Amino acid sequence: MSDAPKVDKETGVETTGHSWDGIEELNSPLPRWWLWTFYLTIIWAIGYTIAYPAWPMVRGATEGVLGWSTRANVAADIEEHEALNADLANALVAADLTTLETGSDLLRYATSRGQAVFIANCSQCHGSGAAGVQAAGYPNLLDDAWLWGGEIDQIAYTVRHGIRNETDPDARWSEMPAFADIFSREETEAVVEYVYSLTSDDHDAALAETGSTLFLDNCAACHGDNAMGNPDLGAPNLSDAIWLYGGDRDTLTETVMNSRFGVMPAWGLRISEADVRAVSAYVHSLGGGE
Amino acid sequence: MAVIDKHKALERSPTLLFIFSFLVVTIGGIVEIAPLFWLENTIEEVDGVRPYTPLELTGRDIYVREGCYVCHSQMIRPMRDEVERYGHYSLAAESMYDHPFQWGSKRTGPDLARVGGRYSDAWHVDHLTDPQSVVPESIMPKYGFLLDRTIEPEHIEDLLSTHRFVGVPYTDEMIEQASADFYAQADPFGDIDGLEERYGNVTISNFDGQDALTEMDALIAYLQVLGTMVDFSTFTPVPSR
Repeated sequence: MSDAPKVDKETGVETTGHSWDGIEELNSPLPRWWLWTFYLTIIWAIGYTIAYPAWPMVRGATEGVLGWSTRANVAADIEEHEALNADLANALVAADLTTLETGSDLLRYATSRGQAVFIANCSQCHGSGAAGVQAAGYPNLLDDAWLWGGEIDQIAYTVRHGIRNETDPDARWSEMPAFADIFSREETEAVVEYVYSLTSDDHDAALAETGSTLFLDNCAACHGDNAMGNPDLGAPNLSDAIWLYGGDRDTLTETVMNSRFGVMPAWGLRISEADVRAVSAYVHSLGGGE
Repeated sequence: MAVIDKHKALERSPTLLFIFSFLVVTIGGIVEIAPLFWLENTIEEVDGVRPYTPLELTGRDIYVREGCYVCHSQMIRPMRDEVERYGHYSLAAESMYDHPFQWGSKRTGPDLARVGGRYSDAWHVDHLTDPQSVVPESIMPKYGFLLDRTIEPEHIEDLLSTHRFVGVPYTDEMIEQASADFYAQADPFGDIDGLEERYGNVTISNFDGQDALTEMDALIAYLQVLGTMVDFSTFTPVPSR
């Protein structure tokens, strides 16, 4: 390579000096607009790294003169949206749930906020329409049957503390014994027949009669003498043909022998107080009150 | 030009070219990688994060084996909609003992970074056995076969040792007792003192509701611990991140 650049005779443009079989390559300059855009992007990049967090140093990265922070941004975003409804949310947290007035703005706010909370957190077990999962132990929230009470403050307690979970010491708790160890096979059959007879005409009356005595001795303490249940103990009403796990003889036998142990998480530990109250208002609006 | 002329010497000798290319790449590597070992905000220190118990770690292997990560991420991004739906955004420290980590942005299913404690064990069994029975609109496949596959802690010491090799602080005692801890976590009536002493806050439950210890137990033990280690009521985020 010599110091004096070769110039192509035809075009007057310098060549690169490379030659393959007599074919030479023009060293055409880049288009001006392209070159200046390229220089601009370099200048822009330098400005950008000064404005935003960028350069890694030994113990930390440069923070940028604009003070940009993902965490601060998301906190500000959440705060901004909470501020929009702050009045209603604060009123809801302060309110006595049992006296929310029908048709009031506060109840309307609570119900619609509660629906959003329900869809995000509750629908996976209770269904997006709150009908539960029939015969699988996830209660239907649309009907009038309430295991632990259907008044709004009772619902709020259940939501806040949950049922039979290990995380909240105030969780609602009751545990039916597994009667497989207590009843003989014949006794189990008799009790099942009695419970079955409460909601079905097609039963063995003599066997059910035997079962009713066993029921009074063993089950009535929680389920009541007439099997109407007791919401203070979470003992279901067995006479209303509404079944959490199923009311056929096989399922009843399974329930009597092995008992059931449905668990609900304590949502007070996961969602805000306003959310707990809102979702309680929503669930109460579906089928609460008894 | 003078520099260009000197460059010619490099281009004409493959050995020299290799040596100098290697030097250039090394400098680039040092600049990009080395600060990560000293940057104070690479992994923020938070209280509560502990290594997985042997049963959880086994469940994690099943999670990876079944390709759960193909549809589920474990990374709640710092955006309002994600925080509202899933809970506090994920911290790097929460996956510091994950090898490999389960971050991601492709969500065919929901993010699982904070699924722990969100559902009952029985729900997980129902849902893994037949997802549509509890969530009719779900497109998740069925994993009921996990209930039939019994497991034993056959290679559990090796598994923990391997994780220790890549930086998880399992103690000698944890590795020695791995087999016992493996069984203890799934037995609510067994001796759990050792397990709790070694690992701290551990959920002990017969996760799948069966007598036998199955892959379902391990997977649910793993799912139930996800996102529960850090107590966010006492956590103050450093704003400069």
